[in-house]
Amino acid sequence: MSMSNDSMAIHTSANKQSFLRKNKLAIAPWLFLAPGLIMFILYVIAPIFQSIWISFFEWDGLSEKTWVGMANYHELFEDRDFYRSLKNNVIWLVMYMLAVPIGLFIALFLNQNVWGIRLYKSLFFFPFVISQVVVGLVFSWFYDPSNGIIALIYSLWDGKPPAILANEDYVTYGIIAAGLWPQIAYCMILFLTGLNNVSPDQVEAGRLDGAKGWRMLWHVILPQLRPATFIAVVVTVIGALRSFDLISIMTQGGPYGSSRVLAYYMYETALSEYGYRMGYGAAIAVILFLIMMVYISFLLWRMYQQEKSGG
Amino acid sequence: MFPQPLDKSSAAAQKSYKIALPIALFIWLLPLLAVMLTSIRSGGDINSGNFWGMPTSINFIENYTAVFTQTELGRYIWNSFRVTLPTVALTLALSCLSGYALAIYRFKASLPLFFLFVAGNFVPFQILMVPVREFSLQTGLYDTVTGLVMFHAAFQAGFCTLFMRNFIKALPYELIESARVEGVGEFKIFWYIVMPLMRPAIAALAVLIFTFIWNDYFWATVLVQGDHALPITAGLKTLNGQWISQWHLVSAGSILAALPPVIMFFAMQKHFIAGLTLGATKG
Repeated sequence: MSMSNDSMAIHTSANKQSFLRKNKLAIAPWLFLAPGLIMFILYVIAPIFQSIWISFFEWDGLSEKTWVGMANYHELFEDRDFYRSLKNNVIWLVMYMLAVPIGLFIALFLNQNVWGIRLYKSLFFFPFVISQVVVGLVFSWFYDPSNGIIALIYSLWDGKPPAILANEDYVTYGIIAAGLWPQIAYCMILFLTGLNNVSPDQVEAGRLDGAKGWRMLWHVILPQLRPATFIAVVVTVIGALRSFDLISIMTQGGPYGSSRVLAYYMYETALSEYGYRMGYGAAIAVILFLIMMVYISFLLWRMYQQEKSGG
Repeated sequence: MFPQPLDKSSAAAQKSYKIALPIALFIWLLPLLAVMLTSIRSGGDINSGNFWGMPTSINFIENYTAVFTQTELGRYIWNSFRVTLPTVALTLALSCLSGYALAIYRFKASLPLFFLFVAGNFVPFQILMVPVREFSLQTGLYDTVTGLVMFHAAFQAGFCTLFMRNFIKALPYELIESARVEGVGEFKIFWYIVMPLMRPAIAALAVLIFTFIWNDYFWATVLVQGDHALPITAGLKTLNGQWISQWHLVSAGSILAALPPVIMFFAMQKHFIAGLTLGATKG
């Protein structure tokens, strides 16, 4: 009798408590989220929509905006500079991908246990820590046809060095090469971490099956490096589409706009001595955003699958 | 371990590996070594085109003092600290809170909000440029250190929230459950139980954000104009325009600009790599 009374009492108090707790638990997350979410919406989410809105106007940033509808986009699709920048973006994307296999190669090269290897690994990673501004300055000097290292190499057989950054055909590749230097370092560190976690049992099992060298790499190691490879590809794609700093430092889009990418062309249109066409610039940014959204959606879809399966 | 550990291969292979290693490193870091060497050359060397031979004299002190006395470089470096350190603090505060909210509480908006942070983190800067600049102009934050800090902290909150949320999610949930049963308030749980466990994540993000913000160039050019707030990256670009072909000064300036993140990296290497390679092993 007294037993059941006790359990009744416990039951009601638990009910009451769980009701309170439920409310508390519903409000608390929003209090924790508020500062970060407000800042993020203010500076990141809202501007995306504002940019889309601005892209329907002709606007110099000072006077009144004039509604022009799709005119900016129509102009864009006729704009040869736009296509050239877009083409350069594609070149960046393709060439930048070299960072992934080269990074893997260096990681495999460094994945040994010899004296001082830790220091070697850090020093190989070094370029990633340095500002792109510095990387850009260093490489512009390297490419200098009178004093750079390219000039030095050509002078060995009296060749005339090419002026890489002044040549419309070479300039983009020259800048990409500079960008690859830190990007390879980034991919390398991702793969080194991945290699650290490769299961020794599977490697041994592969060895017993007679797998060696390339076959081992392809059939045993690479499948286990998939997470590292995935992240390396993601950061490289994002890095390629974000390329701006090096172009601004090394060529400012030149010669004759031949090294511009969308990110730089947008900046030049909206905010430089070439004019303040905010609406047109915003339209370029929207196109770049849509390209990026393809990757972002894929990424989110993949994360969603993981959340569903992993909880 | 793959490739095959060296101690299992022939003596010749081991020897050639040990020779190849420093050579590879030398080639890899050649750009940096060249800059270091150039930064101590004399102006005469530069003018006569002696970029690759032995320096005729070592002008270490002359060049590095010249950079500080003849230009605003010292001020730019100071500005970079004024931007970077508050950004790190603010970002960490924001993302600890929001990461905690998204990791611990089960509510409907949790996953969509999490994806919002992740997606925002990857958008191209250019889609934000015009409105953010406009907003800064309207609020009087244009051309100020504060304006730069606010934007950086807000933007970095995306990546950091992702990081913090995943980190907190991996902590044992029973800790929080049992504290709740004891009647500990929600904020106290966060502050006294979860925060102490987040130290590794905070350290990793602190070094990472420090490096990202220190090296930022785009926003420094978009949101700042005057010397009073210009960070070193944008400052170096300005100086490069003034120091036409004075490569010894450009080099010295570059080394100085690169130094703080490099020191940070070597001092906190373990944390830095832990932050960067998050997800490279699983997921």
